[in-house]
Amino acid sequence: MNELMNAIAEHITIVAIAMVFASVIGIALGVLSYWKRKLGSFIIGLAEIIQTIPSLALLALLMIVFGLGDLTMIVALVLYALLPIIRNTHTSLTELPPHIIDAARGMGMSRTQRLVRVEIPLSIPMIFGGLKVALVNSLSIAVMGVLIGSGGLGYIIYRGIQQRNMDRILLGAIPVVVIALIIDWGMGKAEKRLLKHAR
Amino acid sequence: MRMIAFFSKNTEAMLASIGRHIALVLIAVGLGMAIAIPLGVLLTRHKRAAKPVLALAGTVQTIPGLVMLGFALIFMGIGTLPALAVLTIYSILPILRNTYTGIIEVQPAYKDAAKGIGMTKSQVLFKVELPLALPAIVSGIRISAVYIVSWATLAGMIGAGGLGDWIWTGLATYNTDYILAGAIPSAILAFAFSAFIGFLQKLLTPRGLRRNA
Repeated sequence: MNELMNAIAEHITIVAIAMVFASVIGIALGVLSYWKRKLGSFIIGLAEIIQTIPSLALLALLMIVFGLGDLTMIVALVLYALLPIIRNTHTSLTELPPHIIDAARGMGMSRTQRLVRVEIPLSIPMIFGGLKVALVNSLSIAVMGVLIGSGGLGYIIYRGIQQRNMDRILLGAIPVVVIALIIDWGMGKAEKRLLKHAR
Repeated sequence: MRMIAFFSKNTEAMLASIGRHIALVLIAVGLGMAIAIPLGVLLTRHKRAAKPVLALAGTVQTIPGLVMLGFALIFMGIGTLPALAVLTIYSILPILRNTYTGIIEVQPAYKDAAKGIGMTKSQVLFKVELPLALPAIVSGIRISAVYIVSWATLAGMIGAGGLGDWIWTGLATYNTDYILAGAIPSAILAFAFSAFIGFLQKLLTPRGLRRNA
């Protein structure tokens, strides 16, 4: 039981650290791609390419650079989380009604003021949606950390596979699926509330 | 340089792995299509069943790949068959969801017009609904194919063969050459599948719809 609790805590910690970095980098790149159109399509194209790289391949490649351990897993999770966050931030910002931005401009707001006071607050529901997708994916991908010497629930699952022990696999797998479903449900509800609030 | 030497020394074995990898993806996605497209159509005819079925498929999708492979290993043993079974299961959801939403989102006006000129139910399906939903369905197939290229490398764990073998060997022996020999072709393969199906998607979009796309 203790082992399981430790593994769950480790799993969540790794995903949480990755998500903090991914949201900062992702939202910043989303804003950048909104400000600079051409650079934007390049950034999104690059994130799309990263997303298509098979996870085992990406992990193995990163391991060559970052070595065995949690750091490699966190970098991989950040890379995979970028696309949904960048894309949702970018889409939301570009699809804001022009009259709102004109009004902000008419009040003499600078580009940064418009972003911080008007555009970002109005985009929060959709950015939140991107974070949800990224987080749910990350929980599942983090299981593979065991292959590159990182901790978490993957360790229990992998040991179970090696011992051909169904109970052990389930012991590791059920928390992953349950946590993912709870987050998906909870953040989905919060997202709906944010959307209502925004209107 | 060392990498190029390694690649040229093992060209034949690498090509064989790439071929096998492509075969795995084509078979799994082909089976996935054969299951998901009829099922998707069926769900549009029985909408009440759609929600639970799609929710179930979505939950299956959140099960980590390693776990599914572990199940397959225990129940079916090592080999190509259990690997293909897992890959096929994973390929279903994106195609199923896109087939369902693609057909549901066909405007009723088109279907009414088709009925009005005396089309039978199956004519409406094959001549109106499916062609209009085709871009969505193909985009589901594209998502599936990219996923399956990725899952197939993982399936090397239970003896699927293909490019995963190189990565697994590399990881187990901490050998960079082997890792690169599996990782680089599989990344290129995923990208190539995505680009090729994206191209097909443009080609298959009915002419009347292309302007909006």
